[in-house]
Amino acid sequence: MNLKKKNNKAWLLVLPVVIVVAFTAIIPLMTVANYSVQDVFSPTNRLYVGLDFFRQIATDPAIIAAFQRNLIFSTQILAIEIPLGIIIAKLMPRHGWKAAAALVIVAIPLVIPWNVVGTTWRVFARPDVGLLGVTINQFREFDIGNTPSDAWATMVMMDVWHWTPLVALLVYAGLRAIPDAYYQAASIDGASVISVFRFVELPKLRRVLMIALLLRFMDSFMIYAEPYILTGGGPGTATEVMSILLAVIAVIQFDLGKAAAFSLIYFLIIQIFSFIFFTVLTLDERPGSTKKRQKKVVASRRQGVKAKEGSA
Amino acid sequence: MATIRLENIAHSYDGGATYALKEFSMTWEDGKAYALLGPSGCGKTTLLNLMSGIIKPSQGRIYMDDVDITEKPTEERNIAQVFQFPVLYDTMTVRKNLEFPLKNRKVPAHKIEERVQVIAELLGLEDQLDVRPAKLRSDLQQIVSLGRGLVREDVSAILFDEPLTVIDQNFKWTLRNRLKRLHLATGVTLVYVTHDQTEALTFADDVLLMRDGEVVQVGSAEDLFLEPSHEFSGYFIGSPGMNFLDVTVDSGVVTADGTALGRTSDGSLSGAMRLGIRPEFVVPADKGGLEMTVQRVENRGGFQIAVLSFGAHEVLAKVESDISLESGQKRNFRFDPARTFLFQHEKFVAMVDTGSRKESR
Repeated sequence: MNLKKKNNKAWLLVLPVVIVVAFTAIIPLMTVANYSVQDVFSPTNRLYVGLDFFRQIATDPAIIAAFQRNLIFSTQILAIEIPLGIIIAKLMPRHGWKAAAALVIVAIPLVIPWNVVGTTWRVFARPDVGLLGVTINQFREFDIGNTPSDAWATMVMMDVWHWTPLVALLVYAGLRAIPDAYYQAASIDGASVISVFRFVELPKLRRVLMIALLLRFMDSFMIYAEPYILTGGGPGTATEVMSILLAVIAVIQFDLGKAAAFSLIYFLIIQIFSFIFFTVLTLDERPGSTKKRQKKVVASRRQGVKAKEGSA
Repeated sequence: MATIRLENIAHSYDGGATYALKEFSMTWEDGKAYALLGPSGCGKTTLLNLMSGIIKPSQGRIYMDDVDITEKPTEERNIAQVFQFPVLYDTMTVRKNLEFPLKNRKVPAHKIEERVQVIAELLGLEDQLDVRPAKLRSDLQQIVSLGRGLVREDVSAILFDEPLTVIDQNFKWTLRNRLKRLHLATGVTLVYVTHDQTEALTFADDVLLMRDGEVVQVGSAEDLFLEPSHEFSGYFIGSPGMNFLDVTVDSGVVTADGTALGRTSDGSLSGAMRLGIRPEFVVPADKGGLEMTVQRVENRGGFQIAVLSFGAHEVLAKVESDISLESGQKRNFRFDPARTFLFQHEKFVAMVDTGSRKESR
């Protein structure tokens, strides 16, 4: 037993971090939590309402519809951006000035501010003067301001244009980190290009892809500025995602309690989804996962031995 | 099984400006174990990759049993390669890893199962077959990557590229023994790249000593130690390496700054040369020899290294520890005449008969 008095001074060193985190995360979050259970009429006049706002949010058809749109949007852009990012990364040159040039060109969309991207695409998609709008109009009717499916498709395209480079750069870095020996061994083993991708590259890219997936999911689920500027949520409610609704409740209706409750639910949804993604994707790396498998193998072997003994 | 012949092979990575491997020819006999030994960047890995087909030679041809395989891709060469670190398919079990090269070659399923079983037994991997390689110790991982090369029936040579680099110190020795046993059991030609002389000398029948893209000497461990044909063999092999003295040869008489050291068998030799003698063969003598001053002595346990000097020259001697030597002491030492070599332009030219030394002053 250790009878020595424990020295707890080290905790003092954590204090600055605690203070910073308190001011940047904990206090604002608790303020929001505080608002979410009260109806604030004025700073001195507030009414405790319990979970009323949460109930309202969870049953509001407009918010539920927006939530569904968010889900569909995130699913669609992930289904396009992840494979497309991998393809671009595979096509990017690996050496010399071409590699540097490709990196810069691919990275350009990433450094453009969200609202600029929204504005650019708004002009780009205009059916009367925009390059995209006019071009499509040659083949079929295209009107981002009146046709919901056109507005939706433009929003998806815009996100793909803006954020596929992020996936591509992450994957490119991941690919570059694979030692040549793996490719050499695969060629000695007679592996096809598809096999090399499936058994060498994909497993080595796993962590990078997980980061890409999480980042893109969180970001796309919180998307605000781009669709707000592109369509303002319209036509009708066709592109109205949760963040646009939230801004309306908080800033235009100034319903702080309801907005706070909405924020918390929003926050929790993203947390839960990210957690699920992370858990599923790292299922294999958890300590114990292969132990279980090994145990199974051992158990089946033991049974085999027993069976043999029995028959003998 | 096959004999591999390299004919005037050379390789340059920059289109001929510099050669990573300078022109050279060599026949690798079937079933022998070879080591490519040399410092980093001497071209050993280049030579290995040329044989496995990972890179194509800038010039020269490679024959396997008189079939020209220079242009053949890696997977058609019947060569297995083991890399510096275990190269395994992480998502597959050990069994799947072993099956992989056969599946790619469309070998029938029952044949695959049989081969995997044979190799697993040979390598002692029977109990690990259903585990993912990431869960294994690094030396076992290296064994699995070796197994993936061996599983093909037609493998005629295994190339090892410093396979012990990432292996725990404790398991290096066992893994090396395992590889050696394996060589005996399979009779496959082994080519082993290393910069560690102990590894090379204990492992291989023949060692190719390399420097700056050149094969300096080919021979057994004994040859390299006892009969270096190049200064580099003397310098690189042995610990400490060979002593070199700048000497003048005049009609066969060898002198260093006026001190006569002996004469060569060939009396016609003249000019500036270097005399090489290993510390092991600088022996204390009661009579004759050369009087030298002991500068300092390091006891290395079992033997001692004495730093000796005569004139401006310094010579290391490896002396048994029961001979007492003290700093400042003057004592006669003899260069073993059978082990004293004369080099010109780094190449061996003649032996020096240190017994027939006579005063030239």
